This record gives sequence, structure tokens and C-alpha cells, in this order.
Amino acid sequence: MGAAASPEAELGPVRPAAGRAFRRWTMAGAFLAPTIVLLVAIAGFPLAYNLYNSFLHLVLTEPGTERFVGLANYRQLVASGDFLQPFIRTSFFTLVSVALEFVAGLGLALIMHRRFWGRGLVRAAVLVPWAVPTVVSGMLWKNMFDPGSGFVDWGLGALHLPGATTAWLNGVWTSWTVILVADAWKNTPFLALILLAGLQVIPDDLYEQARIDGAGVLRRFRHVTLPMLKPAVLVALIFRTLSAFLIFDVIYVITGGGPGSATETLSYVNWRAFLVETNFGYGGAISVALTLIALLIALVYMRVLRLET
Amino acid sequence: MRISAWRRLLGEGSFSLVVMVVVSIAVFPFYWILTTSLKTDHELSLGTHGLWPAAWTLQSYVTLLAQYNFLIPLANSALVAAGTTLVSLVAGLLTAYGLVRVVPRARVAVLGFILATAFFPVIAMVGPLFFVYRDLQLLNNYLALIVTYLIYALPITVWMLVSILGQIPKDMEEAGMVDGATTFQVLWRILLPLALPGVFTAAILSFILSWNDFIFALSFMTDPARYTAPLAIVNLGQSQYQVFYNIIDAGVVITTIPIVVLVLIAQRRIIAGLSAGSLKG
Repeated sequence: MGAAASPEAELGPVRPAAGRAFRRWTMAGAFLAPTIVLLVAIAGFPLAYNLYNSFLHLVLTEPGTERFVGLANYRQLVASGDFLQPFIRTSFFTLVSVALEFVAGLGLALIMHRRFWGRGLVRAAVLVPWAVPTVVSGMLWKNMFDPGSGFVDWGLGALHLPGATTAWLNGVWTSWTVILVADAWKNTPFLALILLAGLQVIPDDLYEQARIDGAGVLRRFRHVTLPMLKPAVLVALIFRTLSAFLIFDVIYVITGGGPGSATETLSYVNWRAFLVETNFGYGGAISVALTLIALLIALVYMRVLRLET
Repeated sequence: MRISAWRRLLGEGSFSLVVMVVVSIAVFPFYWILTTSLKTDHELSLGTHGLWPAAWTLQSYVTLLAQYNFLIPLANSALVAAGTTLVSLVAGLLTAYGLVRVVPRARVAVLGFILATAFFPVIAMVGPLFFVYRDLQLLNNYLALIVTYLIYALPITVWMLVSILGQIPKDMEEAGMVDGATTFQVLWRILLPLALPGVFTAAILSFILSWNDFIFALSFMTDPARYTAPLAIVNLGQSQYQVFYNIIDAGVVITTIPIVVLVLIAQRRIIAGLSAGSLKG
């Protein structure tokens, strides 16, 4: 209190405006500091620390060998295939899951946008999968697909469909199927809710006008709904693309990266470098690359968003 | 006339069918884990033979609580999530007030920075924070998780509170100021009660997002006594001969119940909060 008031007292009536501005900024500092300091400490600092570590040989299990190695970690990243393979896998997963979830989410949003009896209950039922921990959704679907005590194989058998004895987690593509189902089940509701919010701000007059002009259901959807929905679509896609690209929990819980290393994504490889190999230099290099890719994804979407509006 | 009535009925019918399919997909897996958690070890080892258990038993829950002490990870999760929620609300309220009333000019820049941290890859935080917490001897300490989880809770809290406080007319506080109240008294006695619905929503979202973390708990908590619920679930029912899904699923059910209760209580608010937060971006 005294510190903030003293400059004003000193300068007194000569520069009242400057004194007030000073007080205003110290007060602003007090209000904003906790959040900014905390976020810089837990997100900004790691960014810098990763960059620094990425130029070092820094392995916890080899104490005393710490040294500057230049770009060696990055060279290893490119040369070992430790990055390229997981990068391709992660990109593939991101494309497929986001496309799948977007289509399902849009359908779900259109359903929830209609007025019908029990809509509140449907919304609650759909919201619950979004709200449960990823570990829970992962475990749940791992159990559903379990050849012994699961539901899927039993259900296929009961309906006399092929695949009733599939050991899902033994094959590469079947493993991805389980991961995709678990991911879509949890994340489609989020996309649907954002798109629903977008649908709700489209004025009814526009539909009325289109109807008067003789546009059918499909043309109204194509020429009214889709263009008006664009901002919501982009927001939903940017969130989902980034979180799909960083997928970790589901992989860890369902496949552990297997069979072999067939489902190891970038986040998984990065986590292993940090906490299994305790290689913080190499792990730091992977983190730097991941951060750059995330930034690039965000920038591309921002660019599209700005072009559209 | 009759044909159009039939067509309408058919349309309504197929719509209801689609709604039922959607709800089944959302709910059926919960039914499956619930019934699996009520099966005996013996029935589980025989494999699936129907849609409901042959015999019902609470044995998995007894094992879970007595042998695996599952109440400890639950308490750990609750403590950490509540801690993060509290810190996030205090810091978030101060920041929101600062951005709305004290320096509105800094609003765009600060909100932009906060939004950027929300997009920051969490895996990139794991290594450096592990290092720091190790040096500060904060591994296996609740404080490490409480602070780290702010990356989930704080951005959405600030965004929601800025939008809520921005809607409150200035006259309310000016009346308070005239009465000689300090800024903090005004914030506490006048603004907080008005913003309470938004604070409530932010609290629920912060709690859910913290409760759901896995990667940080996995990285910073190596002592089983400090495991959070999701971390404990992953380590449940591991035997060299068989995966005991009944015990795992009992853990899954217990961990999911608080979330389901929160969602049912605050469904409308959560939806409104999520969509407001995302569409203003």
C-alpha cells in the first residue's frame, strides 16, 4: 500500500496523471501476476528448458557425463527413425480420428439441435463419455474388446458375424481400431457440443428466407448451415487436431505402444525418452519438435480462420 | 393427407431410432463395466456368455477397497483436484478482475497468452518439470500435481470469468466504492456473489479436468501411496495368469461416479461454459 502510494505523494500535484497511471499498473500487476507467473513457470519455462537440454548429453542414469553436444540429439532424431515412424503414425491417427469424429460430431449436433422429448437426457448421456478420465475410457474399451471377458467378440459370435475370435491387440490394424473407437467415443461429444453451440446462433430467419426461395433440406444445409457454422467448425477442429496429435493416455492404457512399437505415437516416444530412458537431452529435442508441430497446426488453422472472417 | 401423415410418422420413427442408437453407444459400455464389476472371478475366467452376470457379487468391490486400498488413490485424486480448483479460482478471479476493470487494454494480449498455454503440448512439460520437482524434492508430493494441473484448469477458468465479470455493470461496484470499501472488499462482497454461477461452472470444469489427468501423475508419483485414481486403475488386477477385469472395472465404476454426478448436476452450465469459452476464441 505504502509503496504504491509514495510516488504519487512525492510527485504530488505536479504530475497527477503519471502517479495515477503508476498506481494503476502496480495494481494491475498484483491482479495479473499470480496467473502469469504460474503459467510461465509451468508452460513457458519447460519450453526454454527443453530447448536448452536438447543441445546437451543429459542422461540421469549416467551421472557426470553431462556435456554440450550441439545438434547431436537432433541428428539422432532424424537418423534413427525414432521420430519419422511415430510421426507418420501420429499424423495418420490424427487425420483418421479427426475426420471420423467430425462427421459423427456434426451428426450428433444436428440431432441435439432438434427439439424432442427427452433431449436433456440425451445431452447428459452424451456428455458423460466426454467427462470421464481418458484412462477410464481406455480401460473400458480395452475390456469391451477383450477376447475373453469382452463384449465385441461375443456380440459378433452371437450375430454369426466374422471376426468373433479376434485377439484385437495382437494385430496392428485391429489395435488401431480399438484405439480409434476409444478415442472417438470420448471426444465426439466435445466436437458435437461446440458445433451445437454454433448451430444455435444461426438466426431462424435465414432458414425461413431459404425456404421461401424454394431451397430443400439439403440445399439449406449446404448454403445456410455450413457457411454459418464455419467459425465453430474451425474452433472445434483446432482443439481436436492438436489433442489428437498429442495422444498419449489411450495408447499407454490400451496397447502400451504395441504390438512391438506399431502404435507408439510421438507423445509416447517422448514420454519413454524422458521417464524410461531418462534421456532429457534427446527427450528435450523430441519435445521441441512436438512444440513446433503443434504451433504449426495452430498457425495453419488461425490463418484459415482469419481468411474466412 | 394420409400419405403425408404416414411419412411424418416414419420420419419421427427413424429419428427416434437414431437417437436410441446414439444413446446406446454412449451408455452401453458403462453397462458393460458395471455388470463386469459384479461378476465372480470364476465367471470372468469362463469368458463372456451373455449380456448379464450369471451370479451377482460385490466381491470385486470388497477386494478393491480392502486389498488394494482404493480409497487412498480416490482421496489423493480428490485432494489434488480440489487444491488445483481452489488455486485456479483465486488466481483466475484476480486476473479476470484485473483484465476487466483495472487494465482492459492488456486484455487481448493476456488472454492470447493464456490461450496459447492451453495449446501447449503437455508432454513437453513432463521432462523439465520432472527435473525441477526432483531437485525440489517434490516428487510424490501433492503440491507438484496441484501446481502442474493449473495448466488444465487456469486457462479455462480465466476465460470464463472474464466473460462473466465483463457482463456485470460497473455501477454495482461504484456504489460499493463510494461507501468506502477497498477493491478487495468490492471484489469479495459485490462481484463474487454476482459471478457465482460462472465461478461454479469454472470450479466444476477445473475439478473434472484435474481429476482426469494421467500423464503427470504417472510421471511424478512413483509411490503407490500417492497414486491418483486413474494411475491406480492402470495398476489394478495385474496377475501373470489373468487380467481381473471385474476388479479393474470396480475401480473404473467408483472413479466415474463422482464425474457422472457432477455432469448430471451441472449439465446445462458445463455445455454453456464450454461453448462460450470456445466460440469467443
